[in-house]
Amino acid sequence: MQSQQDSGIKRQIELPWSEAFKMSMKSIRIRFWRSMITAAGIFLGIAFLQTVLTTSAILEGIGEGYDEMLKLRQSWLVVMSLLVSTVGVVNSMLMSVTERYREIGTMKCLGALDKLVVKLFLIEAALTGIVASVAGSLVGMLGMLLVHWIRFGSRFGPAFADQLGRLGSNLVLGIAVGSVLAILAAFYPAWRASKMPPAAALRSEF
Amino acid sequence: MATAYEYIVRTKDLVKEYTMGGQTLRALNGVSLDIKRGEYISIMGPSGSGKSTLFNMVGGLDKPSSGTVFIDEVDMAQLDAFELAWLRCRKIGYIFQTFNLIPVMTALENVTLPMIFAGTPTDDAIEKGIKLLQTVGLGERIHHKPTELSGGQQQRVAIARSFANDPAIILADEPTGNLDLRTGTEIIELLRRMNKDSGVTVISATHDLKMIDVSDRVVWIRDGQIAKIEARADIELKVGTMDGEQH
Repeated sequence: MQSQQDSGIKRQIELPWSEAFKMSMKSIRIRFWRSMITAAGIFLGIAFLQTVLTTSAILEGIGEGYDEMLKLRQSWLVVMSLLVSTVGVVNSMLMSVTERYREIGTMKCLGALDKLVVKLFLIEAALTGIVASVAGSLVGMLGMLLVHWIRFGSRFGPAFADQLGRLGSNLVLGIAVGSVLAILAAFYPAWRASKMPPAAALRSEF
Repeated sequence: MATAYEYIVRTKDLVKEYTMGGQTLRALNGVSLDIKRGEYISIMGPSGSGKSTLFNMVGGLDKPSSGTVFIDEVDMAQLDAFELAWLRCRKIGYIFQTFNLIPVMTALENVTLPMIFAGTPTDDAIEKGIKLLQTVGLGERIHHKPTELSGGQQQRVAIARSFANDPAIILADEPTGNLDLRTGTEIIELLRRMNKDSGVTVISATHDLKMIDVSDRVVWIRDGQIAKIEARADIELKVGTMDGEQH
C-alpha cells in the first residue's frame, strides 16, 4: 500500500496551465461586471499614468519648458493614483475570493492543492490586469496625443516623430505596471483563501 | 488489493474543541469508531450532536484537537499537504447537503474536475464522466449547469463526481437534507446500489431515518459521544413502525 501510495503521489500532477487558464476565463465571464469594475480601477490608473508620460514626451519633443516643480507634482499624482487603483483591485479581489470560499473549499475536497487555488486567482487577476492596462494605456496615450495635436497644430508632427520610440516604451511600461499591480494586489486574497481548511471554507455562508 | 486492511477507517479518542467567545465548546468528546471496508454506515444524531464535525475529521477537512484518524491504517495527522490532497482526491469522495457543485461548470465538467486533478487525460476523463452521469440517470443532461438542474439532479451529479476517481470511501454529510422525501429516497437507494456494485465504503452523517433501512450499521451520536452502535438486524422492527407512522 505504502509504495503504491508513493508512486500515486508522484503521479499526481497539478492542473495543467491550459485547464487553469480555461477555468479562470470562465469565472471572469460569469462575473463579467465584477471583473469590469476591477478592470476599470486599473484602466483609470494606467490611463492617467499614460497621459502624464505622453504629455512630458511631447512637450520635450516640442522643446517647451517643463519646470521641475510641475514634474515632481505630476509624479506624485501618478503614484497616488496607482496606489488608489491597487487598493481598489485588492478590495474587489477580496470580495471575489470571499464570494467563492465555498467553491474553493469544494475544490480542495476534490484534491486541489493550495498552489492551484492561488494559481487560479492569479491568472484571473493577470488577465484582468493585462486587458485593463492595454486599454488604459492606449486610451490615455491616444487621448493625450489628440489633445496636443489640437493644441500645437503643425508643431505636433515633428515632435511626435521625434518621440515615437519613447512613446512606444511608455506603452510597454504602462502595460507592465498595470499587470504587475493587478497580480500583486490579488496575491494576498488568493493566498489567504488557499490556506483555509476546507471545512471552514465550506461552512461559510454568503 | 493484497494488503487490504479489514478496517478502512478507525478513529481513536477523537476530540474537537471550538473556542467561541472565550468559551470552549466540545463538539466531539472521545469518539472511537472502527469502520469496515465495504460497509454502509450511518452516523445518526440530532443537529449539533457533533456528527458533521466527525465527518470533517474523517474526511481530513479539519484537524482534531486530540485523538487520531486512521485511513487504511495511515495516521492522517502524519500526512503533508500534498499527501492530504492526494487522499482527498483519490481515496475519498465527498457528498454534501448543499451539493457544492462548481456553479460555473456544467454537470460533466463538475464530474471530470477530480479526474483532471488526478492527472487523468481529458478524453478518458470525459468518457468516464459521461458513463458516471449515465449511471446516476443524468445521461441526457451532461451539459447543463447546476442552476439548470433540480436539487435531486444536482445531488446525483455530486454522487457521480464523488465516484470519479474510484474512491475507497464515500463520505456523505446529510445527503438528503435539502431534498424532498421521494427524491431523498431515490438518492439513498442510488448510494446503496453503488455501495453494493463497487464495494465502496459509504459513511453518511444524517438525521434522516430513511437511511436506517439501507445501513449495515447505525452509529448514534449524542453530545459529541457515541451513544450506541446498532447493526441493522437489531433495528429493523423499529423502522417498520416508523414507516407505518409516516403514511
